[in-house]
Amino acid sequence: MAQRAVKEYNCKHLFSKYWNEYFKDFKYDFQAAAISDSSELEEESKNKPWLTIDKLVVKPDMLFGKRGQNKLVLVKKKTVGDIELDDVIQWVDKRSKKNVTLLDGTTGALNHFLVEPFVSHNAKDELYISATTEEEYDEIHISKYGGVNIEKHWDKTIHIKIPVNSTEEDVSSLIQNKLKDSINIPNFNTFATKFYMFFKDLHFSYLELNPIIFKGNQVYLLDSVARLDDTARFIMDKSWDHIQFSSPFGQKPLTEEEIMIKKADEASGASLKLTILNPKGRVWTLVAGGGASVVYADTISDLSGVDEMSNYGEYSGNPSTEETYTYAKTVLDLMTRTSHKENKILIIGGAIANFTDVAKTFSGIILAIKDYTEKLKEVGTHIYVRRGGPNYEEGLKNIKKACEDLDIPIFVYGPETHMTDIVRLALKR
Amino acid sequence: MNKLFTEKSQAIFWNNNTKAIQRMLDYDFICKRKTPSVAAIVHPTSSASFQKFFFGDQEIMIPIYKSTTEAAKNQPTADIFLNFASFRTAAEVSLEATLIKSIRVIMITAEGIPERDTREINMKAKESGKILIGPSTVGAISPGVFKTANIGGTIEQIVKSKMHVSGSAGLVTRSGGLFNEIANTIALNADGIAEGVAIGGDRFPGSGYLDHLLRMEKNNEVKYFILLGEVGGKAEYEVIEAYEKGELTKPIVAWCIGTVVKHFNTTVQFGHAGASANTSIERAGTKNNAMKKAGFIVPRSFNDLHLRIKDLYKKLAGEGIVKAVEPTEYVIPKLPQDFSSAKKEGVIRKETNFICTISDDRGDEAHYAGHPISSVATPETGFTIADVISLLWFKKRYPKWATDFIETVIKTAADHGPAVSGAHNARVSARAGKDLVSCLCSGLLTIGPKFGGAIDGAAKYIKKAYDDKLEPKEFVSQMKQKGLAIPGIGHKIKSIKNPDLRVKGLKEFAIKHFPNTNLLDYALEVEKITSAKKDNLILNVDGTIGVLMVDMWKSLNYSDEEIDQFIECGTLNAFFVLSRTIGFIGHVLDEKRLNMPLYRHQFDDILYDVPTAELI
Ligand SMILES: CC(C)(COP(=O)(O)OP(=O)(O)OC[C@H]1O[C@@H](n2cnc3c(N)ncnc32)[C@H](O)[C@@H]1OP(=O)(O)O)[C@@H](O)C(=O)NCCC(=O)NCCS
Repeated sequence: MAQRAVKEYNCKHLFSKYWNEYFKDFKYDFQAAAISDSSELEEESKNKPWLTIDKLVVKPDMLFGKRGQNKLVLVKKKTVGDIELDDVIQWVDKRSKKNVTLLDGTTGALNHFLVEPFVSHNAKDELYISATTEEEYDEIHISKYGGVNIEKHWDKTIHIKIPVNSTEEDVSSLIQNKLKDSINIPNFNTFATKFYMFFKDLHFSYLELNPIIFKGNQVYLLDSVARLDDTARFIMDKSWDHIQFSSPFGQKPLTEEEIMIKKADEASGASLKLTILNPKGRVWTLVAGGGASVVYADTISDLSGVDEMSNYGEYSGNPSTEETYTYAKTVLDLMTRTSHKENKILIIGGAIANFTDVAKTFSGIILAIKDYTEKLKEVGTHIYVRRGGPNYEEGLKNIKKACEDLDIPIFVYGPETHMTDIVRLALKR
Repeated sequence: MNKLFTEKSQAIFWNNNTKAIQRMLDYDFICKRKTPSVAAIVHPTSSASFQKFFFGDQEIMIPIYKSTTEAAKNQPTADIFLNFASFRTAAEVSLEATLIKSIRVIMITAEGIPERDTREINMKAKESGKILIGPSTVGAISPGVFKTANIGGTIEQIVKSKMHVSGSAGLVTRSGGLFNEIANTIALNADGIAEGVAIGGDRFPGSGYLDHLLRMEKNNEVKYFILLGEVGGKAEYEVIEAYEKGELTKPIVAWCIGTVVKHFNTTVQFGHAGASANTSIERAGTKNNAMKKAGFIVPRSFNDLHLRIKDLYKKLAGEGIVKAVEPTEYVIPKLPQDFSSAKKEGVIRKETNFICTISDDRGDEAHYAGHPISSVATPETGFTIADVISLLWFKKRYPKWATDFIETVIKTAADHGPAVSGAHNARVSARAGKDLVSCLCSGLLTIGPKFGGAIDGAAKYIKKAYDDKLEPKEFVSQMKQKGLAIPGIGHKIKSIKNPDLRVKGLKEFAIKHFPNTNLLDYALEVEKITSAKKDNLILNVDGTIGVLMVDMWKSLNYSDEEIDQFIECGTLNAFFVLSRTIGFIGHVLDEKRLNMPLYRHQFDDILYDVPTAELI
């Protein structure tokens, strides 16, 4: 996983944590309450007096955008800026843990909200600033026409390319050259430079503030969208306050089995991945390798239709016999829970490995097959195997013999057979 | 240069990944390279200055350096840098390499380097004119010439995929796993590859498909291209553009994997980090269509890829551009088999030089006489030190009364103060500034017939007398006639009236817990006779231990021959040595902490009687 979306609350928290380090000419009051239901809000209001004093705004904080258009931002009862704590409580009560369907069709339950003080301002003061990454440069985008209509005014946005490797002085002069004094806010160019440095130093891969409002040297971050580069975790974990990333809105919660494999993956030097697509599907896979697993998924969806594809996953990086055993057992357990009108198909596939020991990983799979012999027979499983790489002859021989001894139909192929041909063979039968 | 590698290419290999390095050298051998393809290893934490490898049937030494800069200075002709550092260190290591003139190609294998670092390395590499392959890749191969680390897999697989001789395809893939797969497909359906690169699965690869294809365009050995792309990113469009502009003119068979992704929303992560489509043009299907439109040969699905390769090859052969596939005349030198694999296959056997019957360190965990160490080590296992002794010294698990006795012995004989000769010697050595082991040894080396050795002697003589059914009286007088003191009898201070409490404890324990104490009873009869002669001629602690050990073994049903063999081997002495080691170490540590100066014996404590040597 590389880029991970960050919740608005976490993003603003990071700004506030580093505010004085980067933006000492400006002031930012980090006033925000992250809650999942109204009782948490009431609890928070004991420590955050502004919640009872100020006028408020509330919106879901669940990694999706266009909350205004989805009518999921509360700013007014009668007039803009007249929302008080009780209104927020009522509003949250009505929505917390309830499903909503967004305009783009995604459905999910709302369970994270962000409550902040209402900031009264004029729409024409809404600025836009963001930073993005391309291969050879980063880019800062700045617009005087921030707010909900930024896309409409995109042609008026100023883009400043910052080559990778630029020093802060470089950045500052690039911004100065391009922006001159087009943004009529004292020290804005310094702010933009520091915004970029903050973006870079904290390993963001995307960072957007829209709108951002300046009142004198007081700054209000009304909305933010951000992604961090998760691969930098080993350097940044502490700086990020050990942030936990959330799944995208609308994603089905992980099943028990998926969580188990995820944990095994994290604990291992090898890679173990499992996503259940259709628990009642006909075709199941135990595929080695990130690339090969995609090719098998392509082929299965082409040949059997995507609905019969039950799982996506892969194991790679020379996992131990024990790890492969656990992984295979999980898949076999899932595939034998329900029967299908036709016989079930188990694809044990893979490319020609570079260094994964095929005999070793297969002995884990064989153990799992032995554990599930009866269940596999109950759902009429046919097993198709295709694999190459270190010790593949031994691996193929062992799995063939094991299944024949157990009386499970098995068809075994090596590198002389085209990798995905077993999918065709399996479905033809 | 229009080739990525030449026969002269040599690598500096960062990290001592012996398996991958050996594979490179084995590849060299079957390709008949004159020089090893690895010139140096960089491994900052290694204390060795070289590592041995096989180059065919010869052993060679590859130097190990602490830094890449140092390696490059010493191996100025090495032009390929293979970075096998972990994702935590790979960026730093690569940056160093970009500064080194003699390095032309850098390959990074680690997966999970922060994107910002990767982009910085890419930039530096570009600025310094280096070709960067990776991160997250198995690298590249020029068949018959050079390959990076593990690419191609095992030697058998390489030969099967014809990656040891040059063919005519130029292959670029993203995935390393699929690289082998396609190379194999090409071998089955055409004549193999001339040059192949896996660019790696990261979002920002150091070099893209196009960088390599443009070079291969200029390489006359490459007659056609095969591109295996992936969902995500826009790199395939760069290739299309170059093709349309005429910068690439050779036919291209291409396929983008990940067509399945379109069926799912962004929530399923398929494959690599780079494999997510942010926009519809990054979708595999869109890219396949675009490539087809541009005139690439695009199969219907991955499953037909090999057929399209076959067709194209046939067509090119018809046009005389490539040769029809025929068996190559290349004779592959026979790579000597590794001893371990030959042994595993049972094709060779070897005489052993040693036999071990007490412990085994093969397998997951070392065993003491069949017991894994973890099953005897911690308190809840119920095993004591004496249990471990019984396993390792006697290959048996002794009953509790016996192990209790052994522990009693060890505790009883652990120390006898600083004045006894062994402890004294240990202390004198410590004051001379010697290390712990030397001091301990000087104490241990003092143990012998007169100091500590009485246990052996007592057991031996008293047992023999008992076995020969000599009356105690007769035994005493026979020893006297031989002019021998009975070992284990007599004490400087202790006497019948002032008994040695250590002896009392041992005796009482044995009488209470041993199934029988025949030899002790016999020895006590002997003691009656000797102590009647003189009050202090009692069975001393050495004698008691000696006879009780024999009683223990007899009670454990050892035969007399076995017990005699124990005594002969010095087993009784061993208990004293083990026990007294505890005391000696105490003395040495004490002396070291006190830090007393060098010891010199006083003149007035020595009788000097030194006549002048006679002349003879
Ligand atoms: C890149 C790779 C070869 C690195 O191997 P590795 O075993 O993780 O790396 P190392 O041997 O350097 O050891 C890891 C760490 O342990 C440390 N270490 C090793 N022995 C140590 C010891 N005795 N004491 C202290 N530290 C030690 C190393 O210094 C290193 O630290 P670092 O990560 O901070 O640099 C390996 O991770 C790999 O193959 N990854 C897969 C990459 C991949 O899939 N690529 C795509 C192919 S298609």
